[in-house]
Amino acid sequence: MLTKKFLEHFGRYLMMLGGMFSKPENWRVYWKEFMHQCNDIGIGSLGIVLIISVFLGAVTTVQTAYQLVSPIIPKPVIAQIVRDSTILELSPTVVCIVLAGVVGSKIASELGNMRVSEQIDALEIMGINTKAYLVMPKIVAALIMLPCLIILSCFLAIGGGYMAGSLSGILSPEQFKQGLLQSFMPFNVYFAIIKAFSFAFIISSISAYFGYNVKGGALEIGKASTTSVVVSCILILFADYGLAAVFL
Amino acid sequence: MIEAKNVKKSFGDKTVLHDISCVMEAGKTNLIIGSSGSGKTVLQKCMVGLLKVDSGQILYNGQDFWAMTDQERKEIRTQIGMLFQGSALFDSKTVEQNVMFPLEMFSKMRYREKVARVNEVLDRVNLKEAHKKFPAEISGGMKKRVALARAIVLNPKYLFCDEPNSGLDPQTSLVIDKLIKEITEEFNITTVVNTHDMNTVMESGDHIVYMYQGYKQWEGSNKDIIYSKDEKLNDFIFASDFLRDAKEMRMIEMQQRKTGE
Repeated sequence: MLTKKFLEHFGRYLMMLGGMFSKPENWRVYWKEFMHQCNDIGIGSLGIVLIISVFLGAVTTVQTAYQLVSPIIPKPVIAQIVRDSTILELSPTVVCIVLAGVVGSKIASELGNMRVSEQIDALEIMGINTKAYLVMPKIVAALIMLPCLIILSCFLAIGGGYMAGSLSGILSPEQFKQGLLQSFMPFNVYFAIIKAFSFAFIISSISAYFGYNVKGGALEIGKASTTSVVVSCILILFADYGLAAVFL
Repeated sequence: MIEAKNVKKSFGDKTVLHDISCVMEAGKTNLIIGSSGSGKTVLQKCMVGLLKVDSGQILYNGQDFWAMTDQERKEIRTQIGMLFQGSALFDSKTVEQNVMFPLEMFSKMRYREKVARVNEVLDRVNLKEAHKKFPAEISGGMKKRVALARAIVLNPKYLFCDEPNSGLDPQTSLVIDKLIKEITEEFNITTVVNTHDMNTVMESGDHIVYMYQGYKQWEGSNKDIIYSKDEKLNDFIFASDFLRDAKEMRMIEMQQRKTGE
């Protein structure tokens, strides 16, 4: 029963993704919609990403210093740990889980509301491919904006760690800079970007699927929004482990 | 002209449309009437292509809608305008942007021409001062008029209206009915209206299809409906004692006129 339901959802999800690929009725209108989504997803999430990232970095610095009490371990190691944990895990995964709530619920409720109030039917009757016009720009915008947000988040988190370290006297700014440069692996940044792309696709496509297929009224829009966030978060965690197992 | 030929539609075990055949003529206001759950919305959704029929055909000027290629279907759809029960206006767009949307998507007009066309259709539906307002800022009657303006902005050949009077006061309902009828005749559109509003039936029913539990029960015009002997139709149209009395008085009056008394 559960397998049947899963396969049914998965099939419909694939059909939705397949249905997105058609020639736009008007490139200019699609471009406008894409830019609108970039603004909504990227600029709209900037505030929350800024706050979370700065505090993630700051807390990581303080907690790492708290655990590394041995006098043998040099202080710059703290900065090194902050850098690597931020780039490898905290910024891509934690920020994307938060964005699954912010961006995912917004996409699901927007599409759900359009479905319930017959706006999607209105577009279809006009002869517009609603999957291409409504879903595709959201996914492409997420694929472009979320990696940018994650890169920004890495810088902000490291900045937060730097501030926390300097202000609390855990380590000097020079020690922090020294730690940042020690045994830096550029692949970690590529890995963070790969993760950001994967999570962006999960967040946008899953929430679009649940929003696009809402049936019923306002209550169902709320349910779809919650389901999309829960499913996105679980899939992000699975993908996180899968990517780490494959690439690291 | 739109024709439904032996249309059947089921949802699971429940058959909603049983072998429906009817012709919706151009330049006429064609009404599909019936009580809630009679299948009129499903029939309209089948006609407009939102639902696929299980068997039978939907013909647009003799061409089977579901036998067409995707491109042909798309072309037909650009000739269709639809007024939804809840108006279905885009919340994030202003009245002007809502009406302009089909033009932006499908026409090659310059911006000024588009604005002129939007103003023209908004004037046509008597909306002159709501261009910059959002759907949430206007009344139900105004929303219907904006939706009607959006439906006709591309000069459609076919106009579908799903319960255009629901939630409106009798006066505004009459305004909407009058507009639909005028536009239909002015542009020779094939208009299909789903309704259970008796004013609409009596005022603008050039051609009426009465649905009862998924079957086509009766077909005729607003002139025939008064003299119909169909019990189910009479129960539906003259549901209240007041209307039944009014009908009887009208019949007596007509008979007296005939006999010259």
